[in-house]
Amino acid sequence: MKITEKLAIDAFKNDKETHITLDQKICKNCKERFCIYACPANLYSLNEKGEMVVEFAGCLECGTCQIACIYNSVQWKYPRSGFGVQYRFG
Amino acid sequence: MDKVDVIIVGGGLAGLSCSYELADSGMTVIVLERGDFSGSKNVTGGRIYLNPLRNYLPDLWKEAPLERHVTKELITLLSETNSTTLELYSDRFNHLPYPSYTILRAKFDRWFADLLSEKGIFVIPQKNVNDLIQEGGKVIGVKTEDEEIGADCVVAADGILSFLSEKAGLRKPFQPQHFALGFKEVIALDSKVIEDRFRLGEKEGAAQLFLGTLTKGVMGGGFLYTNQESLSLGIVVGIQSLNQREPREEVYKFLDEFKERPEIKNLIRGGETVEYSAHLISEGGIHIKPKVFGDGILLVGDAAGLGLNMLVTVRGMEYAMASGVLAGRTIKMAKEKNDFSASSLSHYEKLLSESFIMKEMSNYQHTLSILENQRLFTKYPQAISDLFEKIMTVDGNPKEGLYKMISRELKKEFFNFQTFKDWLEFRKI
Repeated sequence: MKITEKLAIDAFKNDKETHITLDQKICKNCKERFCIYACPANLYSLNEKGEMVVEFAGCLECGTCQIACIYNSVQWKYPRSGFGVQYRFG
Repeated sequence: MDKVDVIIVGGGLAGLSCSYELADSGMTVIVLERGDFSGSKNVTGGRIYLNPLRNYLPDLWKEAPLERHVTKELITLLSETNSTTLELYSDRFNHLPYPSYTILRAKFDRWFADLLSEKGIFVIPQKNVNDLIQEGGKVIGVKTEDEEIGADCVVAADGILSFLSEKAGLRKPFQPQHFALGFKEVIALDSKVIEDRFRLGEKEGAAQLFLGTLTKGVMGGGFLYTNQESLSLGIVVGIQSLNQREPREEVYKFLDEFKERPEIKNLIRGGETVEYSAHLISEGGIHIKPKVFGDGILLVGDAAGLGLNMLVTVRGMEYAMASGVLAGRTIKMAKEKNDFSASSLSHYEKLLSESFIMKEMSNYQHTLSILENQRLFTKYPQAISDLFEKIMTVDGNPKEGLYKMISRELKKEFFNFQTFKDWLEFRKI
């Protein structure tokens, strides 16, 4: 089962604006890319320009990226009221 | 600015338990929950132990929507090609009152919040709190997205990432070595099938832990809990250990490979994944506990850093509920004196220290250093299963005497200085 298929099962109410922002100046100098390996939803990747991007829409709201990124590039806050993942089992 | 007596930020187990304690106090209490309903942002493995909570919340459990009472404990040491499982059944686990139950939080927390509404506590959903309102270092209320609400006391029950305790200056910055990531699938399966596969009676449950190659050398393990009509199957990994792992591999793949193991595949066969979820776990224990009180503010549950990895189980929910109750008791006392200053609210710290929570956190304060030992997740599970396999195997060669074989293998794998040092370390817990 692909990770995108797993995320498709979950209930999300997606906001237009992101709740995760990255500091590209920090990301540019990062060699380890901790976020890519630690995100359980596989939301981090490098775009064609080689910049780190995060697909906030499938976020499980665990906050792991914020802690795994020891360079403090990840600014993470809760999605606005009424948005984000809605667990039905938990 | 509207004002109430108490604002509880976060309608999870800690926040709801705190409001439950305050329900008949005559105080005006509101709970602000960021999700659509209580439980909609919460995740557990998981299983809850009721015995520590019976004194704190004696009347809660009769009607509570818990899953199965756990009658079987299994520990599986998993290596590349084999595994050894230790299974414990006890009559004690199967006599009322049952010591522990499997639990799904979206169901349980929602029920708990509804129960509180009947008692006159307002649990307001879809209400993010963005900031504290402070005056001369004293917390006097909160800011939501659209309003400001004042209160004599704010209870930060806003979970492991607790932005409020950070804003109140009560906790230190997060460090990866103090946190683990837990992620799981809920796999729907007919209740009869679950009972047959795990050899359980009706409503009986199993809890299974896995240690070994499934985490690929990363500190952590796997878990499987039987719910009434589903299995919770997941993995826990230490974030620092994951950061340091070479070669690099995306963590979400660990669970897919785990599901492909014959030991798991046959248990989940025919099941349908109905949810994928993830949550952080506090593993820093007593070493990272923030200051749990300030002027006009108390921290409860995960927000207060009350979580513990005990190696054979991860604890948090009981601490959340009990700390919520203790915060409630402290607030009632502060109300009598009409004094919500830090010195008045420090009573909460005293109650916590006297409770099972801080005693356990103190007893298990060395677990983290032991968990950092990679051999626990690689060498030992492998060596034990390999030895067992050798004992059980009959091949084309004449079978060697058991005593001779076992003593040779033990000498090879365990009677060395490294294992001796690991054993000395292990004696700390």
